[in-house]
Amino acid sequence: MSEPALASDVAEAVTRAHQSDWARVVATLTKRFGDLDLAEEAAAEAFATAVERWPADGIPPNPGGWLTTTATRKAIDRIRREKKRGDKYREAMLVLDDEPLEPLGALDDERLRLLFTCCHPALAMEARVALTLRMVGGLTVPEIARAFLVHETAMARRITRAKQKIREARIPFRMPGAADLPARIDGVLTVLFLVFNEGYLATGPDTDPVRADLTAEAIRLTRLIRAVLPDGAARAGEVTGMLALMLLTEARRAARVSSSGELVTLDEQDRGAWDAALVREGHELVRSRALWVEASGEAPGRYQLLAAINAVHTSARDIRDTDWSQIVALYDQLVTIDPSPVVALNRAIAVAEVDGPDVALAAVDRLGAALDGYHAYHATRADLLRRLDRSTESRAAYDRAIELAGNTAEAAYLSRRRDQLG
Amino acid sequence: MQYLMSVYGPAELTELGNYPDKETMDKAMAETGAFNDRLQASGHFVYANGLASATSATVVDGQVDPPVVTDGPYLESKEHLGGFWIIEATDLDQALALAAEGSKACRGKVEVRPFQVFDPQG
Repeated sequence: MSEPALASDVAEAVTRAHQSDWARVVATLTKRFGDLDLAEEAAAEAFATAVERWPADGIPPNPGGWLTTTATRKAIDRIRREKKRGDKYREAMLVLDDEPLEPLGALDDERLRLLFTCCHPALAMEARVALTLRMVGGLTVPEIARAFLVHETAMARRITRAKQKIREARIPFRMPGAADLPARIDGVLTVLFLVFNEGYLATGPDTDPVRADLTAEAIRLTRLIRAVLPDGAARAGEVTGMLALMLLTEARRAARVSSSGELVTLDEQDRGAWDAALVREGHELVRSRALWVEASGEAPGRYQLLAAINAVHTSARDIRDTDWSQIVALYDQLVTIDPSPVVALNRAIAVAEVDGPDVALAAVDRLGAALDGYHAYHATRADLLRRLDRSTESRAAYDRAIELAGNTAEAAYLSRRRDQLG
Repeated sequence: MQYLMSVYGPAELTELGNYPDKETMDKAMAETGAFNDRLQASGHFVYANGLASATSATVVDGQVDPPVVTDGPYLESKEHLGGFWIIEATDLDQALALAAEGSKACRGKVEVRPFQVFDPQG
């Protein structure tokens, strides 16, 4: 690798390597040195070195291997520097120095370990999200801070504290035991779903309504966990369901916000603008799960059902072709495993299409005590009241929904609907 | 690696501890005893004991001369340390699994906190 490389080629190679190898490098070094902090710093240094050296030295034939080796050297340099300061603990770690490097292909389970460590239930949920995006996703602290509208220093502190807890309380870097695995995978999925939803329905007055970087990252990490989780493993179906759900949601992204920055609801979306490839992939995943459920008798989980609901929606060429009774049936199944008021609210929206808005409104009104602070509750009521020609009540409900909506595009949509009331 | 597992309760204990009735107290005592035996047998046990009520505590400040002695616990709080274990565990996952067992046995929430280890960076 002595051939100089074009700046544009280097930039592309570094970006690609960052996407495919960042988590591997961090995971490999964490396993080797038992120190998440050191692994993160060394990985960041290795990528910085790549940016510096690849233009003159050329892009190495195996960028992932080059980055792992370079990061390992950086880590050892760092340990040696600290050893000079009389650091016996770090000195002991140098014993690992002679271990041969493992080929990258065998390390997939280490990325999974990294994900489990970052999503450990002993960490606060917001710390899990931040740590996962930094350590597994490779996002920078400023990027994560911007995504969650937190000051950079506050986000840096959040991540530092989480790493400190991992070190001090000795949160292990290993696969959870078989008994804990299903709950721990659920925990990882919750984090990934939070990342996805924050991207899909971003909050904050000055934020883009859709943060494609976050949705893409959540999809990438869900693909990763799906790829490394053995077939037939506990919750494998839920991981597939989550991926399908994300793909079918992401497929509608371009159609979901109008050129004027207003949310476009499902019934008004240009279905030709949906991403056909993502829809196809999502449908295939849902179908494969449905066949599995049929063959195994295993009850579908929450994410599989949500994916199936989205598959019904994305199968209809027009809103009028939607198989609403199928959707209500899927919600009936979902209610049995998740009897939360939010699920009941979404079920009521489908019920309105089958049994009429009056039946739906009666169901929605029963949720008022639980959901009064939730914008979607008021938006749903507003729409049902509008369809029942109860304009005054509808207007009041729109007002509440607009007041509570955190997403700019959604607030714009709700305002227009309110102003269209007769 | 050692962890402190603490159980909190009200400052004043009745004859029944914090338990609603004698039967529950007896059961909790027996199950906690059995849990301690398991900790001993598996090599996780370092120390365990229950504390007398927090109202019997005294705070001493010896940084001044003569030392200042104050009646009552250090923290003004509704909940006080009522008892604790010190356990030896390989990592937090193992400690949390043991804490779940202890919590079930003694019928209270358990706080798991690592002891400080020599930190080369700090």
